[in-house]
Amino acid sequence: MAAPCVSCGAPLSYRLFLGGRVSFARRHGVWKAAAAELQIGAGSQILRLRHTTGVTTKKNVAALRRETYTVDFIKKQIEEFNIGKRHLANMMGEDPETFTQEDIDRAIAYLFPSGLFEKQARPIMKHPEQIFPKQRAVQWGEDGRPFHFLFYTGKQSYYSLMHETYGKLLDVEKRQNQLQAKGLFSENTKTKDLIGSRWLIKEELEDMLVEKLSDQDYAQFIRLLERLLTVQRDAEEEFVQQFRRSVTIQSKKQLIEPLQYDEQGMAFSTSEGKRKSARAKAVVYEHGSGRIKVNGIDYLLYFPVMQDREQLMFPFHFLDRLGKHDVTCTVAGGGPSSQAGAIRLAMAKALCSFVTEEEVEWMRQAGLLTTDPRVRERKKPGQEGARRKFTWKKR
Amino acid sequence: MRVQIAATMLSRVTRLTSRTRQLDPGRILHTGSRAPQSVAAHLDDQAADDGPRAVSRTSEKDPARHGEQHEGLHYDIPLQDVGTLFPQSLPPRFSMQVKTFGEACLMVRKPALELLHYLKNTDFAHPAVRYVLYGEKGTGKTLSLCHVIHFCAKQDWLILHVPDAHLWVKNCRGLLPSAYDRTRLDQPAEASAWLKNFKTTNERFLSQIKVQGQYVWNKRESTERGRPLGEVVEQGLTRAKSATDAVGVVLKELKGQSRAGGFRLLVAVDGVNALWGRTTLRREDKSLVAAEELALVHNLRKMVRNDWHGGAIALTLSQTGSLFKPRKAYLPQELLGKEGFDALDPFVPILVSNYSPKEFESCVQYYLESSWLQHEKAHTEDGKKQLLFLSDANPGQLERLCAHL
Repeated sequence: MAAPCVSCGAPLSYRLFLGGRVSFARRHGVWKAAAAELQIGAGSQILRLRHTTGVTTKKNVAALRRETYTVDFIKKQIEEFNIGKRHLANMMGEDPETFTQEDIDRAIAYLFPSGLFEKQARPIMKHPEQIFPKQRAVQWGEDGRPFHFLFYTGKQSYYSLMHETYGKLLDVEKRQNQLQAKGLFSENTKTKDLIGSRWLIKEELEDMLVEKLSDQDYAQFIRLLERLLTVQRDAEEEFVQQFRRSVTIQSKKQLIEPLQYDEQGMAFSTSEGKRKSARAKAVVYEHGSGRIKVNGIDYLLYFPVMQDREQLMFPFHFLDRLGKHDVTCTVAGGGPSSQAGAIRLAMAKALCSFVTEEEVEWMRQAGLLTTDPRVRERKKPGQEGARRKFTWKKR
Repeated sequence: MRVQIAATMLSRVTRLTSRTRQLDPGRILHTGSRAPQSVAAHLDDQAADDGPRAVSRTSEKDPARHGEQHEGLHYDIPLQDVGTLFPQSLPPRFSMQVKTFGEACLMVRKPALELLHYLKNTDFAHPAVRYVLYGEKGTGKTLSLCHVIHFCAKQDWLILHVPDAHLWVKNCRGLLPSAYDRTRLDQPAEASAWLKNFKTTNERFLSQIKVQGQYVWNKRESTERGRPLGEVVEQGLTRAKSATDAVGVVLKELKGQSRAGGFRLLVAVDGVNALWGRTTLRREDKSLVAAEELALVHNLRKMVRNDWHGGAIALTLSQTGSLFKPRKAYLPQELLGKEGFDALDPFVPILVSNYSPKEFESCVQYYLESSWLQHEKAHTEDGKKQLLFLSDANPGQLERLCAHL
């Protein structure tokens, strides 16, 4: 839990260190310690205690700008949170020792069901450090002398970070020169580590340093890190990894349905699709002559409009398999166009089983495998429709 | 398009003549689409020519000689025949196509061939057999009927063609109470239109057939026994008020005299389910008119009964113009209703379905040859597959689709 910082010996009346963030060793530099000196602000959304702000009189206007939370206050909040957690575990009949945050969330959602659309407006119970915003501790001692040597730059954490990074860059260059002089220089490019991850964005860096940055500052810092990597790809890996976040979205794989076989031995594949309020299930047979039956009716009779039939044609035409598959599908809900869209999605997903991975990727890029998220927008009060306002009368 | 060699000095015959090729190796002459009649006369149809050119057409003009080998191929009808046989009675889209292409080409298809086979083998001593062409929307029932009519005309039958019976039960103005029978209603406009077309089609019969009854039209006019039928028709055309009665008289006379054997009678009605359906007509007092209260419908129902011999009756069911029938209905039971089905029972049903792959290919080829499909992908395999998918081999849909390309 709380532990005194080794590097700062001055009286620590206003400092508080959070449990996992403390760094004792010097190698992380002063900037980290400075960032770790945090205080937690107000804005409690814990269930029991609602921390009311001070009375808004004219005298306390300055204090309202930034609520400062005392260290004791935060410590008390943490204790209360832990006790509350144990109570909650007892209420739910679980073991208090192994009650994780997910369990807390589930218990709160169960005990206080909320129909609000905005997820952040629903009741939550989280550790105080996630709820109270981080604030900087007072940076100077009783004698008025600041603790950090870069305090008078105005952005001490940022500049100390830049200083440290540059120091590392110089070290790496020196090592490289030494290796080259000795002739032991080896080119090993380990680019794979950097694929699938991205640099921190400006907001994330600001959170980390608890300091406002400008765009140029941020760009400068990223350039410095890139420079470090160009000199040596795997330099200071742990240091650099702090500033990388993984990008997981594009590696989501398309689920491929397994093939099934019916009595005659013909392979077929089933899948579902939806669009607006239409739900469709399609069964695509491997060998056929391009007949499509929708709810037992031929698709020419079911979709008299050419546009709907073109939608059905799209997956087959894209894969160049017109007239090679038979399809039977059922669809319910929605109107003709949305039913056509739903069937198209279902057929495209079912075709994934008959097709190579590369073609699946092409289909995904063509948008054949994505559910169309557009739904009817709700009509708002005071307006005639979703967007249309009432006729404006001048008088 | 094939290069025309102008040095052939062939007379510039219009594109009515079939597109044929001489495979005589000695002649360098390539007669393309401008071959005159005489050259075409001694060529028989070459269905399997080199390249895709002749796949869609045949030079066999006479429907009597159409057989299995012509299935899927187009043959064209001379335009003056079209004018005589089908005065304003072709389906509107087809007549637009005729006007655009300058030629009337029909595809020879299995249902029509079947019907022709039956007609060729009819026994005229037996009562007239009723043949009903039915099928989904846009599969080619009306054009098959036109094919049959052309055949019968070539065989010198008398054609009684009602192009669309639905026109008689909806959107009629000027209903008059019938002079002949107070309970029924006259439709002078429709009757005179029909009489005009009938006259154009069967010109030469009108003077041959003699009326066997005496008919009094009004105080001043009447037709005696033994007068030619043409006079009755003229009477209907000049006096609009008696047009419907003239139609009734014509039908009665033809029915009575066909058993005498002087001529063969073909009754061809398109959209026959209109005769037994509902109407949208109202009298002046806003009361609904039932189908049998219309004189035209009443007489036509009598005509379609099989109590006469010496001819045949070819009928088509149609949902397209029908009133109060669901879009997907195409079976005789659904479209005719109980009353109509009982009235027409027994009949020979002939199903008209979508194009087979060969027919589809032939149709697309025909459009390509007439430069109707201008899209650059239309002649590729991929384009044809797309057309097949989008139209599902339905002739009507294919025609509408190709109109956009």
